[in-house]
Amino acid sequence: MTELISKKPFFERFAIWLKKNLFNTPTNSVISIFLLAFIWKGIEGLFTWIFIKGVWSGGASVCREAGGFCFPFLFEKTRFIIFGFYPDGQLWRPTCAMLILIGTLFYSKEPNRWNKKLAYLWSISTFFIFWLMGGGLGLTEVTNDKWGGLPLTLLLATIGIVCSYPLGIVLALMRRSKLKVLKSISVVYIEIIRGVPLISVLFMSSVMFPLFLPEGVNFDKLLRAQIAIILFVSAYMAEVIRGGLSSIPKGQYEAAHTLGLSYFDTMRSIIIPQAIRIVIPPTVNTAIGMFKDTSLVLIIALFDLLNTTKTSLRDPEWLGFSLEAYVFVGLIYFVFCFSMSKYSQRLEREFGMKER
Amino acid sequence: MLKNFRDEKKRALLIQVLGLFSVFAFIGYLFHNTQMNLAKLNIATGFGFFELEAGFDIGESLIEYWSDDTYLKALGVGILNTLKVAIIGNILAVVLGVLIGLGHLSDNWMLKKICRVYIETVRNIPLLLQLFLWYALLTEGLPAVKEAIEILPSVFLSNRGLNIPSPVDITSFSVSLIVLIFSVIGYFLLDSKRDQLVNETGVESPLWEKLNFLVFLLPIITWALMGASTEFSVPKLQGFNFTGGYNLTPEFAALLFGLVIYTAAFNAEITRAGIQSIPKGQWEASHSLGLSKVDTIKRIILPQSLRVIVPPLTSQVLNLTKNSSLAVAIGFPDFVAITNTTMNQTGQAVECVFLIMIVYLTFSLLTSLFMNWFNKRFAIVER
Repeated sequence: MTELISKKPFFERFAIWLKKNLFNTPTNSVISIFLLAFIWKGIEGLFTWIFIKGVWSGGASVCREAGGFCFPFLFEKTRFIIFGFYPDGQLWRPTCAMLILIGTLFYSKEPNRWNKKLAYLWSISTFFIFWLMGGGLGLTEVTNDKWGGLPLTLLLATIGIVCSYPLGIVLALMRRSKLKVLKSISVVYIEIIRGVPLISVLFMSSVMFPLFLPEGVNFDKLLRAQIAIILFVSAYMAEVIRGGLSSIPKGQYEAAHTLGLSYFDTMRSIIIPQAIRIVIPPTVNTAIGMFKDTSLVLIIALFDLLNTTKTSLRDPEWLGFSLEAYVFVGLIYFVFCFSMSKYSQRLEREFGMKER
Repeated sequence: MLKNFRDEKKRALLIQVLGLFSVFAFIGYLFHNTQMNLAKLNIATGFGFFELEAGFDIGESLIEYWSDDTYLKALGVGILNTLKVAIIGNILAVVLGVLIGLGHLSDNWMLKKICRVYIETVRNIPLLLQLFLWYALLTEGLPAVKEAIEILPSVFLSNRGLNIPSPVDITSFSVSLIVLIFSVIGYFLLDSKRDQLVNETGVESPLWEKLNFLVFLLPIITWALMGASTEFSVPKLQGFNFTGGYNLTPEFAALLFGLVIYTAAFNAEITRAGIQSIPKGQWEASHSLGLSKVDTIKRIILPQSLRVIVPPLTSQVLNLTKNSSLAVAIGFPDFVAITNTTMNQTGQAVECVFLIMIVYLTFSLLTSLFMNWFNKRFAIVER
């Protein structure tokens, strides 16, 4: 049957495909026609907005008159949206830092590269990223209240994920522990954090952390927000890891016990390595969620990617181009989140294959 | 000491005592520092501020509120606003999510692709960005009040939101609406009771099937008894704003749109996964038994897939409720926004953050109680 169809000319094959996939029943035909009209309208509108009415050069007044997509706005504001208040002459530094970060992340995505060498690579990258961003050792110093935009969002997310992971493992082990007290501490912590919105934890970091500390000790705002994010995400990570821990068969614990391994040795070399492998796809999903959630630091006035966007919209000269700005930034977020979710799907497939 | 450490029971006790001690010591240390700092800053502690005059206005409220009311009342207004968004938003998000999830399973190629694109786009963009986008569209994208668009007779859309006619007799209208909701529930209860009777006795009673619909007379009767008022207050342009009718503010609309569209994408994935978790053989088996597609879904597929769908769906319901706290960023006076104002005015940060946490923890506690009930009620009964 397939052979017969493939020998037919293109249009006929196309017609068969159409009949099978879009017009197989009367209801489907109606839905298809309706949707086709809808898509046509959408594409037409988008095309007019970007290409026919869109403005490529000129000032804000030209854009307002044309009423289409205002590219000059983006040309003018991209620098601020991406880098925030970072000093003008030094923009190569956050750019390099981002490239190093993305490169290291990209290198780490193959499961067969997860070994000691990778840990060394990460510590070297971390050093270079902070050196480039913060300065010192021959570079002009840039205090972290000047950091902003995409580098800040990427740093908050990466550090949040990396640091919350070990904390999540500890919490998950505590929650599965036979020791009632440790278990209850972990349960209370996880359930409280998962029951409240991230905003409340961020508020806590911005207004309560300073009160918690003894006189004279003070962290800056960025670090406080970072700690809040780590504390928040670790509760979610703990639940993900707990799922992996409980999927390890009991026989493994018993076998390790028979071999005379202590609790810590059992966990370190037998249970956790297996559990982590299983939960990598859901971990990546949690990471996507937290990458999106870093945008909430805007509420406590940190200049992440979304806040720089919002600030650039407040320029009296360029009022009223929100749509352009949000579409642009939305695309940036989308590229990161979408590639992460594709990655998690790929891992899920690969791990699933190996098990068979 | 070392000998004790080798004894498993004693070691466990030691670790637990140490754990408990360090947690309490840590909390005590933070508490002590906080007390010292507050005393130094001259900030009052406790919930005494509840009785003080709030002194700020709230844009929209379900109950009557003036700026000389107390903080307690202002916070109450906030909780009601949060509940308003959460309840309406969750109903819409579940309905839209289920529809899109079903659309994703349709055999229509184009519908499937559109649903996929919707889910992927919406899930991969931060909710806060989407809220800002909706708010910008609703305020900048729409004309000023003077040039408001009349989309339907007496329904005006402008950058001040949507103005719709509202019934003059609000009480009778809302009571009838509540009765209507109960009669929908009652209808389904009666329907399942009828099913049960048919299953037990094997006798179909067509009369009952018809009489079920009589439940829907109840709201009409209520409305008639309460005066059958048909008078509507219509929005009219007067000066710079509309008078009369009901105003759906752009803040509320943006928050609602954003939350519904975002959460619906997750709900759609849950629905799709739940329905796909039922083996294909079940569809085929019920088809060969001669059941119609509707009956297959209603009696075979749905009861089984609900078991898979409801737990993650409840957590999405909770997520929407928690995410409604983003209202503070677009200026809708939800609980967090009002607590934030209170915090800035009184300086009592500890109490305010504590309040936010308690309120949301209560919501999540109620949700998990529902979950436990549901799991007990619908768990697979094994023979």
